[in-house]
Amino acid sequence: MKYTAKPVVVVVGNGMVGHRFCTRLKAAGGFRIILFGEEPRPAYDRVHLSEYFNGKSAADLSLPMTGWFEDEEIALHLGDPIREIDRERQLVHSSKGLSIRYDYLILATGSSAFVPDLPGVEKEGVFVYRTIEDLEKIKAYAPRAMSGAVMGGGLLGLEAAKALLDLGIPQTHVIEFASRLMPRQIDSAGSHTLESSLKQLGLQLHLNKSTLAIEGRDRIESLQFADDSRLAVDMLVISAGIRPRDELARLAGLTVGTRGGILVNERLQTSDRHIYAIGECALVHGNIYGLVAPGYEMADVVVNNLTGGNKTFPGFDMSTKLKLIGQDVASFGEPFAAEPDCRTIVFEDRHKGVYKRINISPDGKYLLGGVLVGDASAYNILLQTVNNRLVLPPNPEDLILGSRGGAVEGAGVMSLPDEALICSCESVTKAAICSAVMEKEATTIDAMKKCTRAGTGCGGCIPLVKDLISSTLSANGQYVRNVVCEHFNHSRQELFDLVKLHNVRTYDEALTQWGKGDGCEVCKPVLASILASCWNETIVRQATIQDSNDRYLANIQKGGSYSVVPRIPGGEITPEKLIVLGKVAKKYNLYTKITGGQRIDLFGAHVGDLPAIWEELIEAGFESGHAYGKALRTVKSCVGSTWCRFGLHDSVSFAIGIEERYRGIRAPHKLKGGVSGCIRECAEAQSKDFGIIATEKGWNLYVCGNGGSKPQHAQLLAVDIDKETCIKYLDRFLMFYIRTADPLSRTATWLNKMDGGMSYLKNVVINDSLGMAAQWEQEMQALVDSYTCEWKEVVNNPELRKRFVHFVNAPRKKDPGLEFAELRGQVKAQEW
Amino acid sequence: MNTLTTIHWQLACRVDDVPQDGGACVLLGGEQIAIYRFTRRDQWFATQNLCPHKQQMALSRGMIGSHGEACEPKVACPFHKKTFSLLTGECLSGEDYQLQTYPVKIKGDRVYIGISA
Ligand SMILES: Cc1cc2nc3c(=O)[nH]c(=O)nc-3n(C[C@H](O)[C@H](O)[C@H](O)COP(=O)(O)OP(=O)(O)OC[C@H]3O[C@@H](n4cnc5c(N)ncnc54)[C@H](O)[C@@H]3O)c2cc1C
Ligand code: SF4
Ligand code: SF4
Ligand code: FES
Repeated sequence: MKYTAKPVVVVVGNGMVGHRFCTRLKAAGGFRIILFGEEPRPAYDRVHLSEYFNGKSAADLSLPMTGWFEDEEIALHLGDPIREIDRERQLVHSSKGLSIRYDYLILATGSSAFVPDLPGVEKEGVFVYRTIEDLEKIKAYAPRAMSGAVMGGGLLGLEAAKALLDLGIPQTHVIEFASRLMPRQIDSAGSHTLESSLKQLGLQLHLNKSTLAIEGRDRIESLQFADDSRLAVDMLVISAGIRPRDELARLAGLTVGTRGGILVNERLQTSDRHIYAIGECALVHGNIYGLVAPGYEMADVVVNNLTGGNKTFPGFDMSTKLKLIGQDVASFGEPFAAEPDCRTIVFEDRHKGVYKRINISPDGKYLLGGVLVGDASAYNILLQTVNNRLVLPPNPEDLILGSRGGAVEGAGVMSLPDEALICSCESVTKAAICSAVMEKEATTIDAMKKCTRAGTGCGGCIPLVKDLISSTLSANGQYVRNVVCEHFNHSRQELFDLVKLHNVRTYDEALTQWGKGDGCEVCKPVLASILASCWNETIVRQATIQDSNDRYLANIQKGGSYSVVPRIPGGEITPEKLIVLGKVAKKYNLYTKITGGQRIDLFGAHVGDLPAIWEELIEAGFESGHAYGKALRTVKSCVGSTWCRFGLHDSVSFAIGIEERYRGIRAPHKLKGGVSGCIRECAEAQSKDFGIIATEKGWNLYVCGNGGSKPQHAQLLAVDIDKETCIKYLDRFLMFYIRTADPLSRTATWLNKMDGGMSYLKNVVINDSLGMAAQWEQEMQALVDSYTCEWKEVVNNPELRKRFVHFVNAPRKKDPGLEFAELRGQVKAQEW
Repeated sequence: MNTLTTIHWQLACRVDDVPQDGGACVLLGGEQIAIYRFTRRDQWFATQNLCPHKQQMALSRGMIGSHGEACEPKVACPFHKKTFSLLTGECLSGEDYQLQTYPVKIKGDRVYIGISA
C-alpha cells in the first residue's frame, strides 16, 4: 500500500485456475488486478477441449463472457507472457516489454504436455494435446492421415484417441508403456473390461510397448519400439503426462520440486511470501493435481488468505468420472485399497463390458472407494457415500448390483446430509441446492447454474443436481413439469388433457390457444401424435405438422428415397401376396429385405412413385404397415400349436387379432408386440412393449420390454388369463401409456420413471385404482372402430396424390441427384 | 437504385402448390430451390434445397417453425433435424453451415423467386 490505495495483484497465466482466481478476488473487492496470459485468447474450458472437434467453437468454450474484463476493471494482457520476475524490486517483466510492480504475485502457469526426449519428436505430424492451437493443427493435418497413434493410454491419451476417431482417421492406435490402461485411476481387471470395449469401437491397443524412436524423412512414417517391432503411422499425438510450468519460478530462484512443480505450503505460498502458486503448476503436499477442481479450491484458499482469512488447502480427493469414447469410467475414494485393509466386492459382466469394484471397511460399515467401468451411473451416490461416511446398508453389494426386490434403504439423494458437497468445482452443498429450489425457484439446471453456480465447472455433478431438484420438488408436494419446447409451456400430458377437454382438432387451434410463435419440429409432431391418439383422424389431413416420415407415409432413407412397408400381421403371408411383393419390387427397382419384425421392407422408392406402388399393393389386399409412424409396428409370433409340437395355443391367430386391433393407433413412441405359443419363447415376446406367452391355463401378459439400444426385459403383469381379459388389460395399459408418457419415450422408459413402478402399474391396470378403466376401454374401442388405412385414402384422392412429387413445378421429374449403387444383385443407397 | 446486382424474378409455381405452413421444392434453371409458406403470418421464404450437413436434397420436406422470442423463421432438415434460419440461412444448431436464401414475391396466385444476376 505504498503507491496506490489498493494493493496490486499480478496474475501470471490466464488458464482455468487463473481465471477462477480473478473472478473470486474481484468479487471480494479491494484489489487492483493485472493479468498476463501467454495464449492469444482469454481463458477457456480446457476440460471440455475435445468438444472443439464436435462442433463447439473457441467462443463456445470461452470462460469469461465477452466484455467481462472491461466490466470488471481487470487489466488484461493477452499473448504477452511474463519472462522474468525481479523479486527484490517486486517487478514482473513481460515479453512485450511491460514492467509492473506487484504487492502479490500469483503464478497460475499450469502445465504443458510432457514430451519424452525421443529421436524424431520434431518431425512433421507429431502433436501434443493441450491448447486450442494444438487442436487446430491436428484438425488441419488429419485429412491426409490414414492411420494415427496416441502415445499414452491414460485419461488424456484415450480422450485424444477418441478425437482421432472422430476426425475419421481409419486406423487409430494407442500405445501404452504400462501393462494396463489408465494406470492411475483403475485396476487391471477394470482395464481388461475397458480394453475389450475400446477394441470393439475400433481402437487398436498396444500395451507394454516402449517407444524408442519416431522414424520418417521429414514427416513421421513409423514408430520403432524397444521389442524391435515397428508400427507404420501417418501422425502421432503425444500424451505421456504433464510437466508443471515452473520455468519462471526456477529462474527467479524459488524452490521447485526435484521432479518439477513450484513448491508451496498449505496456504499456497512459495518460498517467497509475496508469491503464490496455484493450479497445475503448484506442488502441494508432494502432489501435482492434474484436475480442475483442486485448482479451483487452491484459488479460493489464496483469495481467502489475501482478504484476511486463514484457510488452508487440505489436499484433495482425486475421484473422477468421465466418458471415454462412450464408455463410463470412474474411480473414487481409495480405488486400490486391498485386503486385509478392506473387503472388496467385484461385479463383472464381460458380455456387457461392465466392471465394478467397491472397497468396504473390514467391519462392513463404510465405503472406502472403488472403480466403475462401463456403467458409472452409481458414481455420484457412491462418492457421496464415501465422502460423508454414510453407514452402508446391510447388503452393500446392492450398491453396485442395483437392488433386487424392495428399494435400498437410504440410498436416495434425499438421505444425504445437508452439508454433503454436491458440486466440488464450485463448493455447493446439498443444502444450498435445496434452498435455491425452494426459495429462489431454481427448478431447472440453467436456473440452478445462475443461482448457485453448481454444475458450471466440470459438469459431472449435473445428474445429481437434477435428481436433487426433482426430489426436493416432489418432497414438497410440487409437481415436476416437463414442458414440450419453447412454444408450449405445458407437458405432453397436460396438452393431451387440454386437447381432449376443449375438443381441439388442429395444430393451429392448439397453437393459438396455448402456444406462441410458429411452433417447431419438436412440438408439431408431439401435437400431431396427441391429435391422432385423441381423434384418430388420418394424419394426411395435417401433413405439415407430421415428422417427414409421417408426412410422406414412408421412411426417408439415405439419399432421399423412401421405403415401403406393407403390414403382414403376425408375419403370416400367402404365396400369392409374396409374388405381388416380388413383382412390385421388380417393377420399381426396389431393394427387398426381411425385417426383424417378420415383414418385408421395400427400399429405394422415389417419392413420386409412392402412390402408384401403394395402389398396386392395396389392389392385392395389403395395407399400410405404419413403419413410418410412432404407432404399432408388428406383433411378432411363433408358429404355435398349429404346427409346433410344443405349442400350447394358436399364437399366430392371437397375434394377428391383436395386430389388427391396434394397427394405426398413434402413441408417444413406436410399439411392438409378440406372442409365443409356449415358454420356449421363440417370438421373443419378452423383449417387446407387450408380450404374451401361452401357458397350460391361458396366457401370461408381460409389458414394458424393449430391444433397441437399451434392452430391458418385459415384466409380468398378469398370469393365466384368457384372451378377452388379455385384450382388456392391453386396452387399459396402452391408453394409460398414450395419455401419460413423455414424447418419444418407449414403454420401458415410461415404466422406469413411474413412481411405484410395476406394482403401481398393476394396480392401475388390473385393480382399476384410478377409476379410469371403463373410459379407457371405451376410448380404445372408438379408436379401433375409426381405423382406416392412410395409404388407401391417399391413393383414392387425387388432391392428396399431388403432394407426392419432388418438384412442384415439374411433377413428372425425379430428383436427378438420387442415385443408387449395386450390392449383391440389388440396389443400395449411395454413401453420404 | 441498387446497381450492383439486378434481381430477376422467375415464376416458380402457384401458391397452392406449396402446402400451408410447409415447404415444396421447385426446379429453376437447373437449381433445386425450397420454398416455405408460413400461412399463419402470411410470409414466404426460399432457400437452397440441399442440406449442407450430408448433402441431401431434403430441406423442402422439413418442418418449419420459429426460433426464440423474435420468432425467427426456421426449417428443420428431416434427416438429422439440423435447423436453419430462413432469414439469414445460418445454421441454428451451432454448426458452421450456411444456406443460400432467395427473396420471394407473390403476385395473385403465382410465386416468384428472385435470382440475382
Ligand atoms: C484434453 C484435456 C482434458 C482434460 N479433462 C479434464 C477433466 O475431465 N477433468 C479435470 O478435472 N481436468 C481435466 N483436464 C485438466 C484441466 O484442464 C487442468 O487441470 C486445468 O486446466 C488446470 O488449470 P491451470 O489454470 O492450472 O492451467 P492451464 O489451464 O493450463 O492454464 C495455464 C495458463 O498459463 C499460461 N502461462 C504459462 N506460463 C505463462 C507465463 N510465463 N506468462 C503468462 N502466461 C503463462 C499458459 O499458456 C496457460 O494458458 C483436462 C486437460 C486437457 C488438456
Ligand atoms: S414358443 Fe413354443 S410353441 Fe412357439 S415355436 Fe417355440 S416351441 Fe413352438
Ligand atoms: S440398428 Fe441402426 S442402422 Fe440398423 S436399422 Fe436401426 S437405426 Fe438403422
Ligand atoms: S442431412 Fe440435413 S441434417 Fe443431416
